[in-house]
Amino acid sequence: MSDSDSHATGSPYAPQTAAETAAMLDAVGADDLESLFDVPESVAFDGEFGIDTRSERATRREVARLLGRNADLSEFLGRGHYDHYVPSVVDDLASRSEFLTSYTQYQPEVAQGFLQALFEFQSMLVELTGLDVANCSMYDDATALGEAATLSQRVRSVSGDRILVPEHLREGKRAVLSNYTEGPDLTVEPYPMTDGVVDVPALSDQIGDDTAMVYAESPTVRGVIEERLDAIGDLAHEHEALFCIGSDPIALCLLERPADVGADVVVGDAASLGTGTAYGFGLGMFVTREEYLRQVPGRLVGASEDAADRRAYTLTLQTREQHIRKERATSNICTNQAWVALRTAMHAAWLGPDGLVELAEDCVTRARDLAGRLDDIVGVKAPVHGRHHFREFLARTDQPASAIVADLAAEGFAVHAVDDHLVQVCVTETTADATDEFVAAFREVAK
Amino acid sequence: MPQTSSSRRSGRWRNDTRRTAFGETPWDKPRPTSFTLDSGVSLRLVLLGETPWDKPRPTSFTLDTGVSRVKYDQARWTDDSDDLYEPLLSEKASKTVDIEDSPLPDDLTRDSLSLPDPAEPELARHYTRLSQMNYGVESGPFPLGSCTMKYNPSFTEDVAARADAAIHPDRPDSTVQGTLALCHRLQDYLGRIGGMDAVTLQPPAGAAGEFTGIQIAKAYHDHNDDERSEVVIPDSAHGTNFATAAMAGYEVVELPSGDDGRVDIEALEAAVGDDTAALMLTNPNTLGLFERDIEHIADIVHDAGGLLYYDGANLNALLGRARPGDMGFDVMHYNVHKTFATPHGGGGPGAGPVGVREELAQFLPNPHVRERGGNYEHYEPDHSIGKIHGFYGNWPVLLKTFAYIARLGDEGLRDASAKAVLNANYLAEQIEYEVPFGPFHHEFVASAGEQDAADAAKRMLDYGVHPPTTKWPEIVDEALMTEPTEGETKRSLDQLAAAFNAVAGDSDAELADAPSRPAAKRIDQATAARNPRLSWQALDDT
Repeated sequence: MSDSDSHATGSPYAPQTAAETAAMLDAVGADDLESLFDVPESVAFDGEFGIDTRSERATRREVARLLGRNADLSEFLGRGHYDHYVPSVVDDLASRSEFLTSYTQYQPEVAQGFLQALFEFQSMLVELTGLDVANCSMYDDATALGEAATLSQRVRSVSGDRILVPEHLREGKRAVLSNYTEGPDLTVEPYPMTDGVVDVPALSDQIGDDTAMVYAESPTVRGVIEERLDAIGDLAHEHEALFCIGSDPIALCLLERPADVGADVVVGDAASLGTGTAYGFGLGMFVTREEYLRQVPGRLVGASEDAADRRAYTLTLQTREQHIRKERATSNICTNQAWVALRTAMHAAWLGPDGLVELAEDCVTRARDLAGRLDDIVGVKAPVHGRHHFREFLARTDQPASAIVADLAAEGFAVHAVDDHLVQVCVTETTADATDEFVAAFREVAK
Repeated sequence: MPQTSSSRRSGRWRNDTRRTAFGETPWDKPRPTSFTLDSGVSLRLVLLGETPWDKPRPTSFTLDTGVSRVKYDQARWTDDSDDLYEPLLSEKASKTVDIEDSPLPDDLTRDSLSLPDPAEPELARHYTRLSQMNYGVESGPFPLGSCTMKYNPSFTEDVAARADAAIHPDRPDSTVQGTLALCHRLQDYLGRIGGMDAVTLQPPAGAAGEFTGIQIAKAYHDHNDDERSEVVIPDSAHGTNFATAAMAGYEVVELPSGDDGRVDIEALEAAVGDDTAALMLTNPNTLGLFERDIEHIADIVHDAGGLLYYDGANLNALLGRARPGDMGFDVMHYNVHKTFATPHGGGGPGAGPVGVREELAQFLPNPHVRERGGNYEHYEPDHSIGKIHGFYGNWPVLLKTFAYIARLGDEGLRDASAKAVLNANYLAEQIEYEVPFGPFHHEFVASAGEQDAADAAKRMLDYGVHPPTTKWPEIVDEALMTEPTEGETKRSLDQLAAAFNAVAGDSDAELADAPSRPAAKRIDQATAARNPRLSWQALDDT
C-alpha cells in the first residue's frame, strides 16, 4: 500500500486516504485543506494543545491507571443514587448501534424502534404513577423538580410564587431547584419535618394562597416512607397549589399510587432501574395530569398512523419545545437522557411486575433487617426514625459520624455522614452479600 | 454502570443489521428490480435477500452514480400485522400482580401492578426487532446539519463501562482520586481546546451548558451591581439559546442576519446597550459561515459591558484552527456528542461542559475539581452559581469524551476539523441543489428550491440515507442543512450526493408519497398532535 492510500495519519475515524483527499480538494478547487478555512489570521490558532495522540490500547490503559486510584469500597450509599443489579441483556440490547448511535427522532419513519421503546417507557411511568402523561426524560431528579416548579407557575390559575419543600432535602436537589426558580422569580421555602416525616400541622400553618407548589418525597432522602401523602395533597389543593411527589420507579411498584393521594406531578430519578451507580448519572422522571399536557417540558412520544394505516409513533406536541417555540418554550431542554430511559424500560420489562414488586419488597425488608442488626451494636441506634424505610435509614452513633465514615472506609465500606452523630446506610441486592462483613466492621468502628 | 466485557459490542454483529439499509419491505409491494453486481460479496448478499420463503422478491435498488451501489434487504422475522409493525410489550405479554402480604401496612401500598412480563428471549427479540426499525450512524450516512452525527468509537463504550468507574457520587474525595484526576485532566484538555481558563463538567447537555453560562453571566453582573435585563441572539441561532435566556429570566432581543448570512454589525450596534447581559453566538454559524468580524463583535459587546457567549454546537469545524477564547468569547459550552463523538443515544445523554475565562472562574458551578499537591479535591468556587445537576453531571459521557480526545490528540483533532470541512465542501460540490451562502465550513445549507424541503427529506429515506435538517435556518428557503462530518469516505459522499440528486430529480408526487421503503410510511403528524395518545393506556382514546 502506498502512502497515498494510507489512513494512518490524523483522526482514525476520518477515513479519507491521501489520494481521496487530493481528489476531493481538486473537485472543490482548493489547493490544500488550510485554504478551506475562512478564518481571519488574527484569530487563527497556530499553536498546539499539547495533547498527545495515543493508541486505543494506550488510551484504555491510561484510563485504567487513572481509575485504579479509586478505592475499592463496598458502597452502602444511596440518598438519591442507587445500585441495583442490571442484567446483561440490558447492556447488550441497549448497545446495539441502531439505538446507541441514533439521533433524536426528527425523522420518525426511520426511528420507529426507539420511538416505540420510549412510548413503552412513558406507558410504564403512567402505570406506576396513575397519572396520564409522562415525558421521555429530564436529566435527573433535581432538574425534573426544577421543571415541576416552573410548571406550577405556568399552570396555576391564581398568582403565587412560593415553592414549599421538605427541610430534609438532598442539598444537590435544593441547589438545582434554586437555579431553576431564580429566573421566574419563585421563592423556595423549606417546611418542617418531625421524626422523618412531614409535619402536617406545621405545613398547614406555612402554606398560603401564594403557594404555587408543595413538594414531598416518599421515600424521603432519609429513606422514610411518608405516611400522610394524602393529607399533604389535600392541603396543597385547598390552596390551589400543585402537589408534586418525588419518588423512584422501584418504590412506586409497591407504594401508594401518587394519583391516589392527589399528586399533580411526579418527579424522581429512574436510573435506579437500568443503569446502577455511575457517579450520579441520572434519568429524570416527569409525569403529570393530562390537563397540563401543553405545559409539559421535554419530549413526548405519541401514537399515530402512517400512510399504510398502521400504528406508528412520533415525537408530538413539539410546539411546546425550544426548537419551535424558542423563548416561549416550556423549557430549554433538547438533548435529554433518552438512552437511559431505554435501559430503564428494558430493565423493568426484564423484571416484570412480579420481579419489580419483589425487588421493592426486598428494599423494605433489607433495610429493616440491617437496621435491626446495627441497632444491636452498642453505641448505635438504628433506625433513628421509627418509621417504615425503603433501602436506607439513619443510624445514630455515639462516635462522631465523620470518624465512623473514615474508619469504615479504612475497612472497605462507604456510608454517608448526615450530621455530627448521624450516618445513613443503604442496602440493595448488590451489597447484600457484604452485609455480614459490614456489620462486623460497624461493630468495631462504633466502639 | 454495570461492568460488561467487550463481548457487548460484539453482540452487534450477531445480526444482519450492519449490512442492511433499514426496515423490512412488505412483500406485496412492487419494488424496483434492477441491480448491479460488482463483487462476489454483493452477489452472496443479494442471493440471501432473494429467498423470502417461497415468494420471489425483487431485491434491490440502483442509482446510476458511477459508484458501485448494490443494495439489498435481508429477510427478517417479524411479528407484524395489518395494523401495526411490532406489537407493544404490553400486547405481547402482560400481567397484573396484586400487592398482598407485603412487608408494609396495606394503607401504604398500592393495590396491584400491571406491566409487561416477557421472558428474556422474548425481550431480546422485541428490542432487536425495534433496533432494526431504527437508523444510527453505523447504519449509513447521517448528514443531519448542526447535529454532527459522526462515528462513535467503540472502545469508548468499554472505557465507560469499567467497574472502577461505577462509583457512588457521595464518596469522600480521598476515595475517588482516580475519577477526580480524570475530571481534572478533562477540564484541562477542554480548556486548551476552547482557549478557556477554567472548565466545569457538570452540565448534563448542551442546553444545560447554556443555562450554566447564562447564570454565570448573571452572577458576574450581579457581582458588579450591574443590573442587565437582555440577552441578544441572532435569528439564525439554535432554539435552545432563546429558551435558555428566557429560563434565566432575561428578555430576548433577536438580531436579524445581514445579507451575507452573518451578524449585521449595524443591527448589533443598535441592539446592544446598557441592558445587554450577553450576546449568544455560534461560530461558524448555522449556515457554516465564520463570523469574520468576530473581534469587532466582541468589542461592541464588551464596550457595552456585556459578555460574549459561545454556543459550542459547531466547534467541530474549528478544532485546532481557531479557539473561542482567542476570538474574545468569555464563556462557552462544548457539545461533547457533537465535537467529541459520544453517542447521542436517540436523544441523549449528552454533556455540556462550560468553559470561562479567568475572571469568571469564581462563578462556576459547585463543586469544581482542583489539584493540590498531587491530590485532587472538590471545592466551591467563591461566588459559585450553585448547582446545575443534582450530582456531577453525566459521568459516563465525560469518560467517553476523555477517551476520544486522548485517542485523537492534537493531530487527530486538527484532522477531524479538516476532513469535516473538506467533506462538506465536497458534498456541496456534488449536489444539484443550490447552496446560497458561503464559504462554509463543516456544514452548508442548500435550498430545495421549488420542492418542499420536508418532503425532499422524506424521499431521501427511500434512497437509504438519513436526510439533512430541514426548513432551518429560515434565512434559506426550503433549507436542507447538511453536515456530512469527517466520518464519510469519498465513496459514501458520492453515494449520498447521488441520493440528493435523485431526490432533486423526483416529482412532487413522488416526494409527497415518500417514504415507501423505511419501516413506516409517512406518519400523520397532525393526528398525533390533535389526538394525543401518549401511552398504551391511552391507545383506545379518540
